[in-house]
Amino acid sequence: MNLLGFLQRKPSAPVARERLQILLAHERATNGRPGLTNLLKDEILAVIKKHVAIDPEKVQVKLDSQGGVSTLEIDIEMPARAKPAA
Amino acid sequence: MATVLVVTSGKGGVGKTTSTAALGVALAQAGQSTVVIDFDVGLRNLDLVLGAERRVVFDLVNVVQGEAKLAQALIRDKRVETLSLLAASQTRDKDALTEDGVARVIDELREKFDWIVCDSPAGIEKGAGLAMRFADRALVVTNPEVSSVRDSDRIVGLLDSKTLRAERGEKMEKHLLVTRYDPARAERGDMMKVEDILEILAIPLIGVIPDSEEVLKASNLGAPVTLSAPSSLPARAYLEAARRLRGETIDVTVPTEKKSLIGRLFGRRVA
Repeated sequence: MNLLGFLQRKPSAPVARERLQILLAHERATNGRPGLTNLLKDEILAVIKKHVAIDPEKVQVKLDSQGGVSTLEIDIEMPARAKPAA
Repeated sequence: MATVLVVTSGKGGVGKTTSTAALGVALAQAGQSTVVIDFDVGLRNLDLVLGAERRVVFDLVNVVQGEAKLAQALIRDKRVETLSLLAASQTRDKDALTEDGVARVIDELREKFDWIVCDSPAGIEKGAGLAMRFADRALVVTNPEVSSVRDSDRIVGLLDSKTLRAERGEKMEKHLLVTRYDPARAERGDMMKVEDILEILAIPLIGVIPDSEEVLKASNLGAPVTLSAPSSLPARAYLEAARRLRGETIDVTVPTEKKSLIGRLFGRRVA
């Protein structure tokens, strides 16, 4: 390696770290706990359906884990005027 | 109260068997009655690393299938009398293990030992699944390398979902053991630092084993490094990790040859 190359040398470890962080954020969402997201979605839906008529298609459940903290995000689109389920 | 500890990683070649043997010796030398079990049916190696390859008559598969009694298959170490080995079969495959059979063996071992250390095969298939299935705690062995960290992350997910403890809603205690670490390369920015791996995997650190030629020498001899070179850097790191496993609180340091760097603290406590 010539002197210029040595001076321009960029450490590779930060690249490894960044690539892993991006990749794992994605992989954890898809296979961190197989089936858990769907299970939570079904059960939460069942509870809400007891009281409010909602469209199952308009429910988003997302599990995320970062820096040792896991978050569960539930996004339910309510009908314009929430009606009690029949 | 016996503790079942699985040594696992997902990726192969990161040091599961080496670490199982070194920690098994360390725990046994501390007076804990310890058994190490090789779950890598078809590709056994724990016997070789422990120098017991010519003493295997019966193995885990024989016991699981009722062809031999547990007492016949346990091999008592000749150097550390509180250490025993339950070898894997070399001629069968992973399908020879059944969940019920492994459960029975683990239950029986719980009666006899303080520590039951399960050396998992690589991968996430049946052998790895059964090695972690009945564990109380897990040691995740990781090299400072992208493929190893990714596979470890996958294993952490499986430990939290596919073990008996996880299914019962109980806590699965996980520990990170970083192996083949080179502090000088990490300092130069050419190897991920322990802090980077910790931040990504987010499980508590139990030890950092420096990359060392002593480890290969030890496996050449069939004597784990904690036995063949107890004052070497990797042996000291394993001995400290074993003390942390037993509940002692010692700061994790990366042992280096240079005196000035000894005691470089990470400022993190182990769980």
